[in-house]
Amino acid sequence: MTTTQILNPTAGPTLGGPNGLAAHSHVGGRTVRTSGVASHLHPVASSDVADHPVPTSKSELWKFAPLRRLRGLHADAEFTVGALTATWDAIDGVDVRVVSGAAGRALKGASDYLPTDRVTARLMEYNPDTLLIDVPADSTITEPVVVTIDGADASIAEAAHVLIRLGDHATATVVLKEQGSATVAHLVEILAGDGANLNMATIADWAADTVQLAHHHISVGRDAKVKHSLLTFGGDVVRTAVDVDYRGPGGDLEMLGLYFADAGQYLEHRIFIDHTPPNCRSEVLYKGALQGDHARTAWVGDVLIRAMAEGTDSYEMNRNLLLTDGARADSVPNLEIETGEIIKAAHASATGRYDDDHLFYLQSRGITPEMAKRLVVRGFFHEVLNKVGISSVIDHISDTVERELAISGM
Amino acid sequence: MAKLEISDLHVSVITEDTSKEILCGVNLTIDAGETHAIMGPNGSGKSTLAYSLAGHPKYRVTSGTVLLDGADVLSMTVDQRARAGLFLAMQYPVEIPGVTTSNFLRTAATAVRGQAPGVRQWLKEVKDEMESLQMDPDFAQRSVNEGFSGGEKKRHEILQMSLLKPKIAILDETDSGLDIDALRVVSEGVNRYKAESAAAGEAVGVLLITHYTRILRYIQPDFVHVFVAGQVAESGGSELAEELEADGYVRFTGQAVPA
Ligand SMILES: Nc1ncnc2c1ncn2[C@@H]1O[C@H](COP(=O)(O)OP(=O)(O)OP(=O)(O)O)[C@@H](O)[C@H]1O
Ligand SMILES: [Mg+2]
Repeated sequence: MTTTQILNPTAGPTLGGPNGLAAHSHVGGRTVRTSGVASHLHPVASSDVADHPVPTSKSELWKFAPLRRLRGLHADAEFTVGALTATWDAIDGVDVRVVSGAAGRALKGASDYLPTDRVTARLMEYNPDTLLIDVPADSTITEPVVVTIDGADASIAEAAHVLIRLGDHATATVVLKEQGSATVAHLVEILAGDGANLNMATIADWAADTVQLAHHHISVGRDAKVKHSLLTFGGDVVRTAVDVDYRGPGGDLEMLGLYFADAGQYLEHRIFIDHTPPNCRSEVLYKGALQGDHARTAWVGDVLIRAMAEGTDSYEMNRNLLLTDGARADSVPNLEIETGEIIKAAHASATGRYDDDHLFYLQSRGITPEMAKRLVVRGFFHEVLNKVGISSVIDHISDTVERELAISGM
Repeated sequence: MAKLEISDLHVSVITEDTSKEILCGVNLTIDAGETHAIMGPNGSGKSTLAYSLAGHPKYRVTSGTVLLDGADVLSMTVDQRARAGLFLAMQYPVEIPGVTTSNFLRTAATAVRGQAPGVRQWLKEVKDEMESLQMDPDFAQRSVNEGFSGGEKKRHEILQMSLLKPKIAILDETDSGLDIDALRVVSEGVNRYKAESAAAGEAVGVLLITHYTRILRYIQPDFVHVFVAGQVAESGGSELAEELEADGYVRFTGQAVPA
């Protein structure tokens, strides 16, 4: 059975004003300021919008973003009831539904999340409907849960909230497909219970006029395993921040990312992994390709290993391939370590053009320069794609990559 | 029948600010069915010769000609040279992440043969060649050269030669880094292709660059050339290789070669 539901059918917040949120303990106006290391790794976490001034291009977290193209989403663009729809096929054993009003409000911040920026604080205050994907404890769902989020109107600002909740020792695969035209603030909360095993992929393949500011928060349970893939292709401006924390030792996180920016497109990914409990693992691999004038991407990977996080094993890597002149990729890996008792903490980043030796090797076997480039770009992406582990996503993205390559006549 | 004629070839290597002449007038003719060994000290320009023939963009030909069956090789692009029948087994094959070996081999064969080989026959062809080269079939599913050991990379080069069936094969130190069993397997691969191509009436011409005579015990050279300072200093038969092995290059360079 296919269900399509319009997200956000209720007109704005139904409960009180900005501070009328006390009903929910996770969100109730709490403000946490982490002292100690003073850096952008520790922005203010608060549900109070007033705690988050409108960012400017001088704000560390927004310095790469083209603020003027955000249609005010980062500032005060008023959220309205919109045209975003969510569609999914029912799968036995998984509860997928839209939760509105007070019940929906109670789900905001359910992953123990407090907003760290204005747009997300405003989103939580506004209380859009929550699309809840609930997998009960101890259940194993083999078939991927696929939810398509479709936009139909980029002229209004909308907000959307998704909560993926896996009970203890549950196993599931979740795919979010985002498409269509929208101006949207998006919060995706991911709560993996103790011993849970989640493989999730988000395909952001918006229409060319879409602006999206997204925030993913992943809460990894004790001994839980989470694979999080973010595949960003379409849209005018798409900025996704992913915050990760671990609720207990033994958490294992793999993050994969692919993006392809065409002329004029701006795609940004920001990752913040907070290692607090001991013996957790994080492995991050993001790759991007850029082609065309003013194709721009930014990638910032922050890993914080706190004093208690002994036995941490952390690796992050970002690679960018510039296919043409006029494109620009920023890449900033950051590592902050407060303990020496770790297994590994490595980060690297590389941005470059085609490797001449790769092209020479292929051409020396009779392969034309165009085909050689195509093979190299495909290979560049497939190194990540092969790890995603969801065949429908791999097929979809392979097709998307071919479509992108066709743009530059390859 | 194939013929590669190299006449008075001068080549400079292009670096960021300078260009330096490495090949200073190379003359060499390789006829179909012949095997020519080139031996010479480190840095004498052997790989430069190999890369220049294949068309590597780092090297600039400043004068001279290279003809393959009368056709001007130097005016061809890298891929055109390969399709014309030149093959270079590289000294240091590069790793290409994410491109599977099977996809690479099929794409190359399609390009060189001018049409895609039939799937079933192709799979058998690859399987048989890999078996003769004692390569694990799993290699086909791995990225090109990625994580291959030195010896595995060299087998992979010879595998490509067998599948692409060139008229002229240039083997740049294919024997380096091989243990004795691998050396035998790889040499047999080359000899098999020599015999096969001869039987098909398209006998391959081989230019074998090496530092060691041990490979020449498996692959019999018709000619041995001593390469010094960007030129062929002397040519002879296999007795020349034996002399080099015993005495080094002193007679040609006027100085002892570093061990
Ligand atoms: N890209 C380059 N930049 C600068 N110099 C180079 C470059 N490539 C080759 N050379 C120089 O050209 C000379 C010849 O190098 P080449 O690799 O052709 O030697 P070779 O005979 O193959 O040596 P070996 O036996 O060690 O393989 C060397 O002095 C080398 O340093
Ligand atoms: Mg060499």
